[in-house]
Amino acid sequence: MSAATHQPPISLFLKVWGLLFVLSFFSYLVEYYGMEGAWRWSLVLLFMVLKAAVILAVFMHVWWERLSLWLSLGLPTLLLITPVVILAIEGGYISGLRLEFFTR
Amino acid sequence: MTTKSNETEVTASETWQGVVADWSADKETFAMPWGKLMMWIFLLGDTFIFGIFLVAYMAARMNAVEPWPDTEAIFSMTLFGHEFPLLLIAIMTFILITSSGTMAMAVNYAYRGDRRKTVLFMSATALLGLSFVGMQAYEWYQLIYNYDIRPWGNPLGAEQFGAVFFMITGFHGLHVLAGVIYLSIVARKVSRGHYEKKGYAIVEITGLYWHFVDLVWVFIFAFFYLL
Repeated sequence: MSAATHQPPISLFLKVWGLLFVLSFFSYLVEYYGMEGAWRWSLVLLFMVLKAAVILAVFMHVWWERLSLWLSLGLPTLLLITPVVILAIEGGYISGLRLEFFTR
Repeated sequence: MTTKSNETEVTASETWQGVVADWSADKETFAMPWGKLMMWIFLLGDTFIFGIFLVAYMAARMNAVEPWPDTEAIFSMTLFGHEFPLLLIAIMTFILITSSGTMAMAVNYAYRGDRRKTVLFMSATALLGLSFVGMQAYEWYQLIYNYDIRPWGNPLGAEQFGAVFFMITGFHGLHVLAGVIYLSIVARKVSRGHYEKKGYAIVEITGLYWHFVDLVWVFIFAFFYLL
């Protein structure tokens, strides 16, 4: 079986495990020290993306898969941007409308 | 291009020619056990379910008339006379990450042919998952009885908070519970030597599901609890 050919050493998993702990701890520190605004958003999102990438790449073995699988999984997922953008515009419009109405 | 994936070790440097060859060759596109491909397709579908839940959460939160409750205050815990925000959630996060680590090791030992260690690590993963669900049940109890939050209402602010909370964490918890059952069944079969002839791809497939549950929690933790 193709998947059986590449087995990374156990030490790699332990390192990644440690890395995930550290990243989670950092995102908890953001909460603990009560950071607000742009710093909070950018740090939380940064740690989130890093954790997700590490889990996908190493734990789910995507790093050792072929580009065809990367594309088949990644490209459809990118479509999720569409509802995010549409509903963000809609939400901004509604709160804008409310503000205008209530402050008139 | 007749390269099968067992000849290309470092596929990160794969080229577009490889993609064309995969899709145009007179054989299956993905050189992997069919169960693994099916799991990937299932997980892609699941990505959309969770993705749409999170998008709905964004929309509900942006459109809520009343202020969104402060998760920091709701999910805080007092320990040794000091108040820690989100302590239980942080512990749950660490437990799920640890369970992902033990699962990755189970997959590794399965392919090395060490049945005893595979079963050991799979059982550890299932137990950690079970403790995660237990803590989530406790968290639900807290919100329902101490804060009086319901799927249809919330005395602390925006009503939609209750609906979003129970929907997203409930659906994720259901995935964890299903994963625990799935892991237990596969671990039992591994211990009985059921896969000696078929090969141990099933452990990797189970692992994919389990890591995905962890992956989803990363996003829930960030979007729902931290932001």
